[in-house]
Amino acid sequence: MSSLIFAVDIGWGATTAIKTAIVLAIIPAGALILGYVFLLKMMSHMQSRLGPMDSGGFHGWFQLVGDGMKFLQKEDIMPEAADKRVFAMAPIVVLMSTFAVYVVIPVGPELYVRNLDVGIFYALAVSSLSVIGVLMAGWASSSKFALLGALRAAAQLIAYELPLLLAVVGVVMQAGTASMNGIVQAQVDGEIFGFGGIGLPFILTQFVGFALFMVASQAELTQPPFDMPVAESELVGGHMVEYTGFRFLFFFMGEFGTAFAFAAIAATLFLGGWTLPGLDMDAEYMKVVGPIVLFTKVMLIAFLMFWARFTYPRFREDQLQKLAWKFLIPLSVVNILVTGAFMVWV
Amino acid sequence: MAKMNFKLPGIIKGLSVTFRTMMQPTVTVQYPHEKEEVAPRTRGVIALKEENCTACMLCSRSCPDWCIYIEGHKTKAPPRREGGKERSVNILDRFDIDYGLCMYCGICVEVCPFDALFWSPEFEYSEFRIANLLHDKDKLGEWMETVPEVEPLESGAVQPKAKK
Repeated sequence: MSSLIFAVDIGWGATTAIKTAIVLAIIPAGALILGYVFLLKMMSHMQSRLGPMDSGGFHGWFQLVGDGMKFLQKEDIMPEAADKRVFAMAPIVVLMSTFAVYVVIPVGPELYVRNLDVGIFYALAVSSLSVIGVLMAGWASSSKFALLGALRAAAQLIAYELPLLLAVVGVVMQAGTASMNGIVQAQVDGEIFGFGGIGLPFILTQFVGFALFMVASQAELTQPPFDMPVAESELVGGHMVEYTGFRFLFFFMGEFGTAFAFAAIAATLFLGGWTLPGLDMDAEYMKVVGPIVLFTKVMLIAFLMFWARFTYPRFREDQLQKLAWKFLIPLSVVNILVTGAFMVWV
Repeated sequence: MAKMNFKLPGIIKGLSVTFRTMMQPTVTVQYPHEKEEVAPRTRGVIALKEENCTACMLCSRSCPDWCIYIEGHKTKAPPRREGGKERSVNILDRFDIDYGLCMYCGICVEVCPFDALFWSPEFEYSEFRIANLLHDKDKLGEWMETVPEVEPLESGAVQPKAKK
């Protein structure tokens, strides 16, 4: 059945259109799934409450869709002194960077938009484009809270971009390629001391890199405990303070869409992506099973992310910078050195 | 908190706390669908035992919100003993509590010298019209059925002196 669907020969234009439509659909869907499962339900249960229970009938599954509709109905308010064009563009820039990350994530043997040779670095590069959108939002809002939040966000995203990238370097060294598909392939082909039964998920050798990646991506997403830029108790929402309606919805979707994307990247880099030990990577059924496997791994990673998010209180701004520059970056450099030493001598 | 022989780093301990809480059943009660079991001394609504009331006005005067309205009149009652003098008694004409004003402080219940006012744990008496929150003495009397029995004192507690 699956082979029939994928065997249909369609032109380049139609293929691109289909891929674009799927990627366009994935961000709201991913944001909704993460938002519902973790933000609404898991957080509620971690605080010993139930969360939404009524909307949609079954455990309030419709709550976020309803919230989205509410945002669409709201008045589109723009501050009088705002830089109108930049103000309107900022949420789109943030969301665009999220969209662009999905281009290189492989979800199956033939299911990817582009297999770039520099895949992982492309993903990290475009994901940090969002800081430009955040700065645009903060500057154009003509509000001191928004500006402070945007500056904090810029400082934070630049600081944590480094450990994020350096954490990935270890994986790239081991895989011998920066292409996401190549990294998945390398994990399937890898062996643990000559035993190739489960391949070599890089989390086993790059566990320091994995921890670094998780911490740094948490900061990249400006999620608690790294949510200084939006710190609602002092900055009343940071760069989003002047936004309402669907523009705010864009920021919200961008946040959770990026969380989904980062979870997918982490799953691909460290957990073997869409492959699973025991399943034949080249088999036809992987075209259907692969996305399901990847989704399960994404949910696992996202669980870790949101678990930390709902547990820890917010860092102070100086602690946040100190953690990046004095601890995470040196540690990631040491990780690279150790990885290199092992590759050369072991 | 489980007994731990080694010291977990706080950063891990925090994660374990949230994880354990997630696994426990929640404390939320889905109110309109299921009713919460309230404590027997919950301050839900004030019930009036009319035959004990002497219309002495103590509750009305002590009410901080002035939400108790009492009207009464004096009348003559037949003597207790044969050939005795006629007694003068107070008859309660009106006893209203306006729950739109009441702040549930319980001073009226405390101050009543004749045990005519009681707390009842009932709390479902919201109304669509604010005027309906004024409960008259019949309605306050109906609440008496919901007043729970006085709990026995703990062992070793000082027994109250019997009234002569």
